[in-house]
Amino acid sequence: MNFEFSDDQKLIQDQARQFLAEHSPLTATRKVMDGESVYDSNLWKSIVDLGWTATAIDEQYGGLGLGSLELCVIAQELGRSLTPIPFFSTIYIAAEIIQQYGNEQQKQRLLPSIAAGETIVCLASSELAGQHLLEAKQTQYSNGQLSGKKIAVLDGVEADYAIVSATNTNKKHSLYLVNLHQADIQRTLSPSIDSSRPLASIEFIDAAAEPLGAEDAASAILTEAFDRAAVFTSFEQLGGCEASMQMGIDYTKQRFAFGRSVASFQAIKHIFADMYVAIELARSNAYFAAWALSVNDKKLPLAAATARVSAIDAYYFCSKENIEVHGGMGFTWEFDCHLYYKRAQLLSSIIGSSRWWREQLVNRLLDE
Amino acid sequence: MDFNDTEEQALFRAKAKSWLAANAQAKRQGLMAGTQEDRFQQAVNWYHKRYDAGFSCLTWPKEYGGQGLSQMYQVIWNQEVSHYGEPDEYFVIGIGNCGPALMTFASEEQKKTLLPRMARADDIWCQLFSEPGAGSDVAGLSTKAEKSGDEWKINGQKIWTSGAQYSRYGVILTRTDPEVSKYRGLTMFMIDLKQPGVEVKPIKQIDGGSHFNEVFFNDAVIPDNYRLGEVNEGWGAALMVLMNERLANATAAPDGFEDFLNWAKASNVDGVPATQDPIVRDKLATWYTQHAGVEATTFRMITAVSKGGVPGAEGSLGKLVGASMNQDIANFVIQQLDAGGQLTGDESTPLDGHFQSAVLMAAGIRLAGGTDEIMRNIIAEQVLGLPQEPRADKGIPYKDIPSGNTGA
Repeated sequence: MNFEFSDDQKLIQDQARQFLAEHSPLTATRKVMDGESVYDSNLWKSIVDLGWTATAIDEQYGGLGLGSLELCVIAQELGRSLTPIPFFSTIYIAAEIIQQYGNEQQKQRLLPSIAAGETIVCLASSELAGQHLLEAKQTQYSNGQLSGKKIAVLDGVEADYAIVSATNTNKKHSLYLVNLHQADIQRTLSPSIDSSRPLASIEFIDAAAEPLGAEDAASAILTEAFDRAAVFTSFEQLGGCEASMQMGIDYTKQRFAFGRSVASFQAIKHIFADMYVAIELARSNAYFAAWALSVNDKKLPLAAATARVSAIDAYYFCSKENIEVHGGMGFTWEFDCHLYYKRAQLLSSIIGSSRWWREQLVNRLLDE
Repeated sequence: MDFNDTEEQALFRAKAKSWLAANAQAKRQGLMAGTQEDRFQQAVNWYHKRYDAGFSCLTWPKEYGGQGLSQMYQVIWNQEVSHYGEPDEYFVIGIGNCGPALMTFASEEQKKTLLPRMARADDIWCQLFSEPGAGSDVAGLSTKAEKSGDEWKINGQKIWTSGAQYSRYGVILTRTDPEVSKYRGLTMFMIDLKQPGVEVKPIKQIDGGSHFNEVFFNDAVIPDNYRLGEVNEGWGAALMVLMNERLANATAAPDGFEDFLNWAKASNVDGVPATQDPIVRDKLATWYTQHAGVEATTFRMITAVSKGGVPGAEGSLGKLVGASMNQDIANFVIQQLDAGGQLTGDESTPLDGHFQSAVLMAAGIRLAGGTDEIMRNIIAEQVLGLPQEPRADKGIPYKDIPSGNTGA
């Protein structure tokens, strides 16, 4: 048994961390949050040049053909720096779905251009708050055309393609690939909690669409895609947890009250100890899921759900308590605490929220 | 990353599996587990069998009664033995804490004589650190060791000493110099407890059992060659012992999850299977996440140790999470049973009354080996590097430290 990333993987992570510390300051995240753009295109170009978008794409489709573990360590660093780029939708979800389920022509058309950072792809599956994650009741596909409305689409404003779930004329729930650069599509930016990663609503009116994966396979494909994405996401969340805790430690160490450093009070130290515990549990669960993903072990579904629940809980806890230990300054727009708190919110919901994953976890645990 | 056994490890696992199937007892819990004396005798017999078959103290060198194997084999053994009901709790402290202390500080002859007997449970060992006035602040202890010739005279009292009533020997921490600050005047020894001047009094616990004791010393004698480490360097030696305790705790502390899952699979609440009840399901998700996280954290620790690292304060995590979880699980299950859940002598209670017994025991597990609050302090200060609490006893000679019981 060896439960640690390899030296090469750690090197990739160190380099990613150094690069992002220098080139992805939180001021870049704030520019997107303030609405100057929907993502940082210069940063996107830089990380494409570093090969990050190509990491887990097969070599025959223009990728580097590295494994999912390499992508995990990069995800952790992107999560730490809140880098405002459409990596989540394009790489963790879309590239994985296309690589696993696309036909040869779709793979050749999209994967090389995703690897080269030229194409951004989003997933448009949600229709209504509270509706079951895998259902598509209001979006219809018929004869090469798709109609309906999707909400809360991450990176939907800037995406070139969307993977859309819809019901066809046989009442079968399937996935479709839609080029978003066509007249029969209306995209609107939707105000949301974390505006540093904007969400869109997308309305399709008889838009041209092509099937992606088999008919009636939407639930199965999305379930598997969400499992895979959950592993990468848990690493992003882990990076965010670590950053939140470090921010709180740095601040309370140098701030004094009652003649003492705030960090020396037991009430404050115990909050940090609890953050540490939450982070280590999330880290260990994420590592186990990463291993299961990397060797496609049969434990992956349970491990992915466990990593996801653990990471959601840890990021919520660390980011909210970071605000708490900052006191009033933590509630200001000026301080960066809210950037992590808001990102924790976004990442907790974007591929199914805690409720859905807890259900998955228990189903899978009882099936063992 | 690789979670699979190597060929050699797989071979060992198969060997352990088949030996356990032929020799170990099935799980019996709660009311069915028998009296404390029964369990103790079972444990001794079990250790004899285990030792004779070559499955005791796997990581110890062969000449000291072990098998000279890496920590990974101990993990494999722990995983396999966890499916059975053999009692382990009586010797964990001796083997986990006292063993490594001897390994580091005792003479070659002592190691060759004492360690194999410890590994086979021929001699039981206990750890004599805590005192009535020195629990969480154990370095504030007052039991005196005074040198006369080639011997030391011991006077004072220890408390919370698990297994002292069964023990032949103990590892004891004493004060040898009250004129210096509290950490600098301590010395560690091993002591023969079967001698005049040593009195062991079991303490009755909230669950009615008596696993731990008070131990009184009145001019008890220790030869100087029983000293473990240098005079007045006992604190460093004690920290080393406690570090081993953390690894032992991290790999052995039960968190109650398996019992909870077994209960849920076998029970109804309000007439429906517990596994379909939304409240039970939510708890399954919460506790499985923690359970799996602690287990995987242990794998990470073991990976670090197998690469030559030292078990750090990270080991505090397993106990901090597991002990509370164990208590909360027991309480939760009892709450599903209405008034009948209060019965401790009824054969209809689930898992032979395990939860009724665990809800009481778990309160003690949260205290043993460092309270939850001390664990959090250790994590905050030693892992995260946060500033220490201001201490009222810093730099003061031990004899001048306020103790609260000197009167006005």
